Amino acid sequence: MSTEREILQVEDLRVEYATPDGPVRAVDGVSFSLGAGERMGLIGESGSGKTTLGTAIVRLHRPPARITGGRITLDGRDFLGAGERELRQRRMREIALIPQAAMNSLNPVMRIGDQVADGILAHEGRGARRGLGERVTLALARVGLPAGVAGRYPHQLSGGQRQRAAMAIATALQPKVIIADEPTSALDVVVQRQVMLTLGRLQQGLHAAVLLIGHDMGLIAQFAETVGVLYAGRLVEQGPVDDILDQPRHPYTRLLIDSLPTLDDKKALRGIPGLPPSLLNLPAGCPFAPRCPYAFDRCRHESPILQPVAPRQQAACHLYPQHATLPPLPASSTTEAIPQVAPPAAEGVAAKVGR
Amino acid sequence: MSALLEVRNVSKVYGGSVFRTRDLTVAVRNLSYSIADEAASITAIAGESGSGKTTLAQLMLGFLEPTSGQVFYRGRDVARMSPAERRQFRREVQPIFQDPYEAFNPFYRVDHVLETPLKRFGLASSRQEARRLMEEALERVGLRPNETLGRFPHQLSGGQRQRIGVARALLCQPRVIVADEPVSMVDASLRATILASLQTLQRDFGISIIYITHDLTTAYQICQNIVVLYLGTVAEVGSVERVIRDPKHPYTQLLVSSIPVADRRRRWGEDLPPEADAPSGPAGAQSGCPFAPRCPAVMDVCRQSPPPLFRPDSTRAAACYLHHAAPVLEAADVATVFDHHDPGSVASTV
Repeated sequence: MSTEREILQVEDLRVEYATPDGPVRAVDGVSFSLGAGERMGLIGESGSGKTTLGTAIVRLHRPPARITGGRITLDGRDFLGAGERELRQRRMREIALIPQAAMNSLNPVMRIGDQVADGILAHEGRGARRGLGERVTLALARVGLPAGVAGRYPHQLSGGQRQRAAMAIATALQPKVIIADEPTSALDVVVQRQVMLTLGRLQQGLHAAVLLIGHDMGLIAQFAETVGVLYAGRLVEQGPVDDILDQPRHPYTRLLIDSLPTLDDKKALRGIPGLPPSLLNLPAGCPFAPRCPYAFDRCRHESPILQPVAPRQQAACHLYPQHATLPPLPASSTTEAIPQVAPPAAEGVAAKVGR
Repeated sequence: MSALLEVRNVSKVYGGSVFRTRDLTVAVRNLSYSIADEAASITAIAGESGSGKTTLAQLMLGFLEPTSGQVFYRGRDVARMSPAERRQFRREVQPIFQDPYEAFNPFYRVDHVLETPLKRFGLASSRQEARRLMEEALERVGLRPNETLGRFPHQLSGGQRQRIGVARALLCQPRVIVADEPVSMVDASLRATILASLQTLQRDFGISIIYITHDLTTAYQICQNIVVLYLGTVAEVGSVERVIRDPKHPYTQLLVSSIPVADRRRRWGEDLPPEADAPSGPAGAQSGCPFAPRCPAVMDVCRQSPPPLFRPDSTRAAACYLHHAAPVLEAADVATVFDHHDPGSVASTV
């Protein structure tokens, strides 16, 4: 995928949640790698496992979540098997997570500069006190925040500034891999753009690889070069963003892209009927089969594996390699999730119908 | 043309007093807007947080009283309605709330939220009929009644709760639905389905929809006309085709250019003017155009007095001195600025 040396390799990662009703496989054998300086997006809807995946990669997942299999290799060295001490050394310095709603988890009674400093001291010990002020200023500058912000409290900053402060805290030790989980979800579109451009400049300055996790294909398209599509804890498609947008190979990806509204033309809005599967009771075979307009018998019995379907694209679907690309949607497929039930006619309303 | 729901010169001001004008928050400033009675319309009210869009929604729903100005439903001043008129207003103008958690009392099962309006407005003659109406409404929003009824709010996802909010509004058989970010917490694939059902309500059941959002793309998809709000005033208004494809107000241009398009051939520019990052804090008592501090095209006149709505096209108006050569759109003439397919009308006098 990338010709540069791979800075992060995730192989067959499995994460389960122990619940009273049994184990829930939130991440079900995910493999991908990131080259140095690469920008990859991971797109998934609710329940796809994307946040679990992000926290598990940095080993910040908490019980009842458990990693039950796989390998994580960071900068050529095993990360999954590392002990607590090594983990603490390597986190933040080599890999950092900007968690969801990071801007809301800033300490409200601590100045921003102190929070940045805190992170540095926690990982480097008291010896780091010398030159700390400059490092805080540098960390803030990398996210476009002026030095004066160090003396302010979170409530004195706007939403966008708080999010960038959270990014500064997470990346103060200049990691080589940044995992950003929905970094702009609560932000307005203008501020979102600002924050994403900041993340881009930060990434370039550090020559770091970024894994951007989210549900907004537009955002991922604007920021990332490659994308992985997550469904029910599995990667169902992977490849360059352009290729996948132009020619999605997995049915879920295709339907997802079709459901996106655009400014190009007004079209009939179509969603994907049905609901994602219960991760407690995953169906046998392909997890997307119940909702897939192309599903055939094999899909219900045998789980497809990720395989190359185009020069740089992979998809997990039994349509391949027999097909070169997705056939046209079957005529019988319906994208209406809502049965057309007429409400009881209200007085006056029925009279307005039929213009 | 008569108005079904109208706000006339409303302002909503929080805080402050005669001596402490610095603490004033003007959420909405002298705004007028109406939707027509004759045919159902879908209008978007778009803006960032702090634009006043939620305050405007609450004023239109009668949940807030304006500091000045009036709200009319079917020609009657909401502040002066009799109890019977008010009950009719409450039933016919229905909200869909933004936060699907806050809208539910966690003590009750979600059925409560659906049963209450049925009881309050006498919409069901028996328990069986009530149950049937509830199930139909849930199915209309893609929820399975047997997986929804009987549960507590915390047992359902944000998207499911949001859809129950839509079902609740449908139950009341309203004339107008004021939907405040009805799909913000819902996945993309489901969002399309719910928005399509709002469109069906307008087309097939004659319900006017006011869709409040910061998502211009979905607004473009389902609405005929749009009002773009900035800090409590109307920045731009008119046909959604015009306003979004060819925005004339610098703020609308900033908004539209910031939309992340799923197409790498149309990338965001790498630069953002530094002013664009300024936090759009609440407006105090203020002269001039509210966007002036952030506007890349600001002129002296902009800081002196707020611009009226100028009308550079037949189906759009922008409150910006860049268009001072165009005719001014008077409040009385606003009915003419919207797309001719949609009789919803919007005005703002500043």
